[in-house]
Amino acid sequence: MLGQALPRIDGPYKVSGAAKYTSDRRVENMAYAVAVGSTVAAGRIARLDVSKALEVAGVIEVFGRGNIGKLYKPSPEAGMFDEARPPFADDAIRYYGQYVALVVAETFEAATAAAGLVEVSYREAEPNVALDLAPDDEPNEVSQRGDPAAAFDAAPVKIDQNYVTPAETHNPIELHATVAIYDGERFTIYETTQAVTNTRNVLSEILGVPREKVRIIMKFLGSGFGGKLWPWTHGTLAAAAARSLGRPVKLVVTRKQMFEAVGHRARTQQRVRMSAERDGTLTSLQHDAVNAAGMLDEYDENCGEATPYFYGTDNLRVTAAQTRRNIGSPTAMRGPGAVPGLFATESAYDELALALGMDPVALRLHNEPAQDQDLAIPFSSRHYTECLTLGAERFGWSQRTPEVGSMRRDGTILGWGMAGCSWIAARFGAEARVELHADGSARVLTGTQDIGTGTYTILAQYVADATGIPVERVVVEIGDTDLPPGPISGGSMVTASMVPAVLEAVRKAMKSAVGLAAKGDAAPFKGVPADQLVFADGRIGRKDSTAGAVPFADILQAASVAFVSGSGKAEGSFGQEHPKYSLHSYGAQFIEVGWQPEIARLRVHRIVTVVDAGRIINPRMARNQIEGALVMGVGMALFEEAHYDPRSGAPINSNLADYVMATHADAPHMDVTFLDYPDTKLNELGVRGVGEIGLAGVAPAITAAVYHATGARVRVLPVTIEKLLLGP
Amino acid sequence: MNFFSFSRAASVADALRDAGAGAKFVAGGTTLVDLMKLDVETPAVVIDINRLPLAEVGPAPEGGLRIGALARNSDVAHHPAVVRDYPVLAEALLSGASAQLRNMATTGGNLVQRTRCVYFRDTASACNKRVPGSGCAAIGGYNRNLAIVGTSEHCIASHPSDQNVALTALEATVQITGARGDRSVPIGEFYLLPGDTPERETVLEPGEMITSVTLPPPAPGARSTYLKLRDRASYEFALASAAVVATVTNGTLERVRIAMGGIGTKPWRNRDAELALEGKRVSAERFAAAAQIILSGVKPQPGNAFKVELGKRCLVHALKLVTAEA
Repeated sequence: MLGQALPRIDGPYKVSGAAKYTSDRRVENMAYAVAVGSTVAAGRIARLDVSKALEVAGVIEVFGRGNIGKLYKPSPEAGMFDEARPPFADDAIRYYGQYVALVVAETFEAATAAAGLVEVSYREAEPNVALDLAPDDEPNEVSQRGDPAAAFDAAPVKIDQNYVTPAETHNPIELHATVAIYDGERFTIYETTQAVTNTRNVLSEILGVPREKVRIIMKFLGSGFGGKLWPWTHGTLAAAAARSLGRPVKLVVTRKQMFEAVGHRARTQQRVRMSAERDGTLTSLQHDAVNAAGMLDEYDENCGEATPYFYGTDNLRVTAAQTRRNIGSPTAMRGPGAVPGLFATESAYDELALALGMDPVALRLHNEPAQDQDLAIPFSSRHYTECLTLGAERFGWSQRTPEVGSMRRDGTILGWGMAGCSWIAARFGAEARVELHADGSARVLTGTQDIGTGTYTILAQYVADATGIPVERVVVEIGDTDLPPGPISGGSMVTASMVPAVLEAVRKAMKSAVGLAAKGDAAPFKGVPADQLVFADGRIGRKDSTAGAVPFADILQAASVAFVSGSGKAEGSFGQEHPKYSLHSYGAQFIEVGWQPEIARLRVHRIVTVVDAGRIINPRMARNQIEGALVMGVGMALFEEAHYDPRSGAPINSNLADYVMATHADAPHMDVTFLDYPDTKLNELGVRGVGEIGLAGVAPAITAAVYHATGARVRVLPVTIEKLLLGP
Repeated sequence: MNFFSFSRAASVADALRDAGAGAKFVAGGTTLVDLMKLDVETPAVVIDINRLPLAEVGPAPEGGLRIGALARNSDVAHHPAVVRDYPVLAEALLSGASAQLRNMATTGGNLVQRTRCVYFRDTASACNKRVPGSGCAAIGGYNRNLAIVGTSEHCIASHPSDQNVALTALEATVQITGARGDRSVPIGEFYLLPGDTPERETVLEPGEMITSVTLPPPAPGARSTYLKLRDRASYEFALASAAVVATVTNGTLERVRIAMGGIGTKPWRNRDAELALEGKRVSAERFAAAAQIILSGVKPQPGNAFKVELGKRCLVHALKLVTAEA
């Protein structure tokens, strides 16, 4: 069961349209809300005139500062959130699109029309959306060892370059949405979230009610990519409007607003200094990152996440700094920190290899560390060198000729590039309950969620594997704060986090069933000590003999018990202060691009990726995660950038035609291999996670390939046509 | 709320009777409805013309091919006569939008497709095309995909269509009907430069309707290509495109028609560039010289200056493709 490429169990619901996404929810007496965003990025609201909006037939109320009801700032302990300021808290405007009013009407159309009639005048200030990022404050030291400056000065070969990654938006196909219901005491909120528990905890503090008065439900998500991890202000507004009106309120963010007030990947500027001996031995590494943040947040992109442990060197310094801009709060986007960080460091590695006249794979193999030098602890399960060598073999890397423009096929110049990647492996705390029913079915209940990645199926596989109950008879209940609290769907950690809690719960439930088998007059194994009985393949029988085993359902029926259950709970390992092992996933990306200088056309032809992500529970879904990430990586490398108008501060290409992402036609041929080494230091099954590792390393491998094809070293993403048109 | 009256016309006469200032005909709706949702188009009257008998594609009485204004882009692109005689049009159509949009979009609607300038689509921004006299936010703003030729100090919006570039190279004629009767306008005279009236994009008068487009008989022995350059491989407007229709005899260019997209405020054609090639031997230098002529008088912005070189390469390569020995 574990390791089987099962199709996802929620697939039929999705393809038949039966899956209810948040904006599909309709409840009785529901009103429709449309948020009005600021059309300036800095300044103050001088006047908010809602009189015309209120005249529109069907409009119930227009909320703004003063009539939204009391909203509190969440305490730091509430949980995770990026925009701490409650909406409408003051009349200051800090970014374009910041909500200044909320129209609620009987219909979506009336609300939309009235939103256009809300008249706002501003005392405008000059917005700061400058692209060049200089730290506002002294950078924080993230990691330090040895004397990197001295080693750098003394080294015979060195690289000192700046790398830039632009603001990117998540753009899941499903718009952020909230349906909020208030019954006078309790809130029930359907929300597009990757973290129902965190949303409940934060929202309860913002609304000023106890946690148990807020229930968050999310059954299906049309993807999030991190943008739906932490609560945004639209959810607060919908809940506050429902409270004020005593009516359910639905609010769906528009596609344009998806670029404004629900987070984005922060723009980063990273200086990398790297030095080596002539044999390729890395003698120093300095990685100084700055990211743009919003005016009120402390968002740290953590670009140096993978830098301190990835390669061996005795001298290292990593720093992080922020600079504030009139932009909405940045937030986590698939592979936060490491993905932009590895673009810088892996690009620098490629440049160092070139300066050394060394093959980039060989350079990486040469600097494989024996242990995590940052924390001076051993790696739990690191097979990075195998990713490199197997990837090189599958790609045909030995056929590469290193001279720029030296490889051709059918008149097209080929560029071959590679990069390594790594991503954190950890567990969040999790609880679960498992029930075994007298009809032979099982249920697994936990307040985590499936964001389109396959969590429904994985949880069913865990229970099916432990019990022998067929996977189609396992019901998975997730996405609801009424369930035992589960982990956020972020950090590629759900699959690993759920292992101990679900296994504990299912074992307790099985033990309970075994107990019934031995107790009571009707029990089939009456009088047999429970420790002589075993639950296997859906049956309970004697330990010493498979003969005579009885289906567990028969035992429950004989005992007149509807179901037995067990609960499991495991503390998380994420953020542990003194870990014994350095736990990470690894991978290598090998990429071929085609370059036709006569028409300045660059295309990614193929990607070979080898991933060391622990034991793979479902290879079909895991490959799907990696392939999706690779296509996203093509977009990150070549197309994606949110452009802020320098005068108005508006993210101006705020639609899916002008914000260019990879299409199916841009998807390269993809060859994905999992090494499948269990990492049992993380959990009993050796599972890590695959949601983000596939995106890491793609962009630097593409820019390395672009250099190989064109001679142009692109250090500022994306690699647009104009950066290649006139050559290096 | 932007209230508008909506009617379904049963005949062309019906449609014309209801049409006047502030009226819009809707066919596929792929541009109009999109822009109405954004409050960019706010017609007082919307007349659905989908039931009018204008979807036919067939021989034109005077020779050539007549394409009804309501013929869907997909149907035109796959029509046997188009594929056989005007492949440049099929290629151009299939390079545009997505299959779903092409199934809805019509020939006539595509002719009057609006620009993708982000400021035109954003009612909070200044735009002389949307609100005459309000200014042009694109100048000094994000203008990477906007025009480098045909611009004015009031507007640099690029013409977005692929179809119309091919129709320009094919020297199509646009048939128009209106209260004052029927008229035919060569496509080269159909589009207006923005000048100081960027809100006027074509010679269509209020209430006039496009009924069909005719293509002259194909030039015997002509070869053609549509080359579209853009960032990604599909579903994106052209940064530069070129439609070339040429007849080559023994290495000499006899007849050449060139139109370019992505670079201009309208489908861009310059007869001088064609004349510089006609009667001349096929040569890369002449191609480059022709590109120089087409791109003479460019006024690029900082964000789209690369289109000068890109446009040149686009045309030179398209000419090479068309003149390459089979």
